[in-house]
Amino acid sequence: MLILKLLFRNAFRNKLRTGLTFLGITVAILSFGLLRTVISAWYAGVDASSATRLITRNSISLIFPLPLSYKDRIRQTHGVKNVSYGSWFGGIYIDEKNFFPNLGVEPGSFLELYPEFILRPEEKEAFLKDRKGFMAGRKLVAKYGWKIGDIVTLKGTIFSGDWDFVLRAIYRGKDESTDESQFIFHWDYLNETLKKRARHPWIDQVGYYVIGVNQPELASEVSSTIDSAFKNSLAETLTETEKAFQQSFVAMSGAIVTAIQLVSMVVIVIIMAVVANTMVMTTRERIGEYAVLKTLGFTGRHIAVLIFGESLVITMIGCLLGIALTFPAATWFSKTVGTFFPAFKIETLTLYLDVAAALLVALVAAIIPTRRAIKIRIADGLRRIG
Amino acid sequence: MTIPLSYNFRNLWTRRLTTFLTASGMALVVFVFAAILMLANGLQKTLVETGSYDNVVVLRKGSGSEVVSGVGREQASVVETRPEIAIGSNGQRLLAKEIVVLINIPKRRTNKPSNIIVRGIEENSLLLRPQVKLVEGRLPRMGSLEVIAGSSLVKRFKNIGIDEALCCGMGDWRIVGIFDAGNTGFSSEIWGDADQLMQAFRRPVYSSIVFKLRDPSEFQELKNRLESDPRLTVEAKRETQYYAEQSEMMAKFLRILGLSITIIFSLGAIIGAMVTMYSSVANRTAEIGTLRALGFQRRSILLAFLVESLLLGFLGGAAGLFFASFMQLFTLSTMNFQTFSELAFSFSITFEIIYKALVFSLVMGFVGGVLPAIRASRMNIVDALRSS
Repeated sequence: MLILKLLFRNAFRNKLRTGLTFLGITVAILSFGLLRTVISAWYAGVDASSATRLITRNSISLIFPLPLSYKDRIRQTHGVKNVSYGSWFGGIYIDEKNFFPNLGVEPGSFLELYPEFILRPEEKEAFLKDRKGFMAGRKLVAKYGWKIGDIVTLKGTIFSGDWDFVLRAIYRGKDESTDESQFIFHWDYLNETLKKRARHPWIDQVGYYVIGVNQPELASEVSSTIDSAFKNSLAETLTETEKAFQQSFVAMSGAIVTAIQLVSMVVIVIIMAVVANTMVMTTRERIGEYAVLKTLGFTGRHIAVLIFGESLVITMIGCLLGIALTFPAATWFSKTVGTFFPAFKIETLTLYLDVAAALLVALVAAIIPTRRAIKIRIADGLRRIG
Repeated sequence: MTIPLSYNFRNLWTRRLTTFLTASGMALVVFVFAAILMLANGLQKTLVETGSYDNVVVLRKGSGSEVVSGVGREQASVVETRPEIAIGSNGQRLLAKEIVVLINIPKRRTNKPSNIIVRGIEENSLLLRPQVKLVEGRLPRMGSLEVIAGSSLVKRFKNIGIDEALCCGMGDWRIVGIFDAGNTGFSSEIWGDADQLMQAFRRPVYSSIVFKLRDPSEFQELKNRLESDPRLTVEAKRETQYYAEQSEMMAKFLRILGLSITIIFSLGAIIGAMVTMYSSVANRTAEIGTLRALGFQRRSILLAFLVESLLLGFLGGAAGLFFASFMQLFTLSTMNFQTFSELAFSFSITFEIIYKALVFSLVMGFVGGVLPAIRASRMNIVDALRSS
């Protein structure tokens, strides 16, 4: 206990310097935590995906459609429980900046396959009945201040023209990883409207199929059966688990994720330099004291404990402050970026990594000063000033 | 009378380790600051250089990007007859009706598939893009299943190289040549005959129409004519503007990310500089007293400590820039959100970035040093002399 008291006394001897160092560590831990949370938000889609769902898309790439007629053939495949389909609409709400995912789906089977979208029974009824209706996530509705019954117009990019939709239902997610910023409407409305216009390549074509399988173990069997069924057809398919599908999106922007990861390492290195500097200066001032301690018979190990301990005390206090600040900062950040990152929450792992990083900083920062303090000869230490 | 500069150099040298640690903290911050600016700059440079000022791109109204655009054959032939289009040396119109599709190809290193742009071209396409040069093999014969691939793709993607075959759209596409388009988006594309690709991918419409203007100043008038023509539902853009818009979102994302990161980082580095300067003031109390007793004014002391801190900042900034300039050797590839396809670009440094980074490092040095310098200048001579 005595040593702890000594460590604290030592750490707070130069209040200004220690205060500044605290501040530095707090900022570093805060930004490290936020960056890690941004990365995990990137993977939110992967985490939210279910093991019993498969996605079938055109094997060339996502921009090519699949015929609606595949639906029944897919349903006949052994192991398939239910099938839904949809198309990415890619509409813009007022301005390109207001990005949110908007999809046309077959609503009945969609809601069956995605039990994590929770709707009020009466709203669900209203949404299913109204072909022009749409349902939107709680976050999205709150962001634009829509109310049930409002008409929302999206400007089509893939399907030209202005499209009107009526808000019929607001969903909330079952858990935090569910994306509450989606805009989901009837695929039939899209298809009927296209049919009324001149011939359009996407009439009776869907962007992707979602397949529910009975057991997760069947996934690979079902996907190879489906893909081989459509081999050599006009639209060959590629079926993969929802997780793999989501992962491929993350992989495409992999360079950015890597960059953020690198940056979160760099911030630790920077703070290492700051703490090391503080420790170097502290020990430099106290060389005389260490010489006295040595004269009294304390060994190099005792001195090492003192220096490492002080470094630990400083970084740990800063680290705790940083962690405490991460929570309000994350809330603020998620409000500002809004729909770009659907799920923005701090993982427990991030907190552990925060502490680990602080420990690492404390240890590395103390190495050089300790070496210096241990090596100095008593006579030199006593003679030296400043 | 001012204190000579050599005093500052010697001080920094005496406390080498501290100087090194503080400067390296700043160097890292400047490094990140410069690297991110270089990245955003490289991205924009790549996409802006892709277009030419006197070329015009015609897309379906409201589509924003070639990937989702569609212009029917009837509309294309209306555009084709405009008199503003330049005439080539053989008397042909310098216009190409192109189709753009995306295909999935796995990357060499990770085996993860990524979206690549396949551009269906006409013979004139090459005349319209003088920056595209064949470096290996030959050009594809029109009317055959032959394609050429951009040089950025060869290194990074599987099955892309001379005489290899790409399969999709019910056919094997043989790669007969590699082209290099310098630092432009075309280097990340695959080119083949437009009509063949339209057949294979069952796309009855063109994605875009590109042509060269007879006189670049006629653009505005032409744009108004095309967009008000009741037979057409298109919009026209200069090629340079079109590609600049394609990079807008990514560049903005990089800038915002970079800015917020550097602000946080620089806080850390400023604190580091402050710690150093405060302790160097505290250690030198007697020295400052002596200087004052010798007749140096408060102003000179303030200046001396500020100069020292600015020197620290400059050292850090120069080191950070030195290392950042090596980043130019790296090429990065990522998905461009707007076109949903792979794009390779490299870090690129400009004088503006160098200048900004140096100013930034000096500001860090100044902010870190100003409070300690004021403290040093306010010391009382007698107290300071007594302190040792």
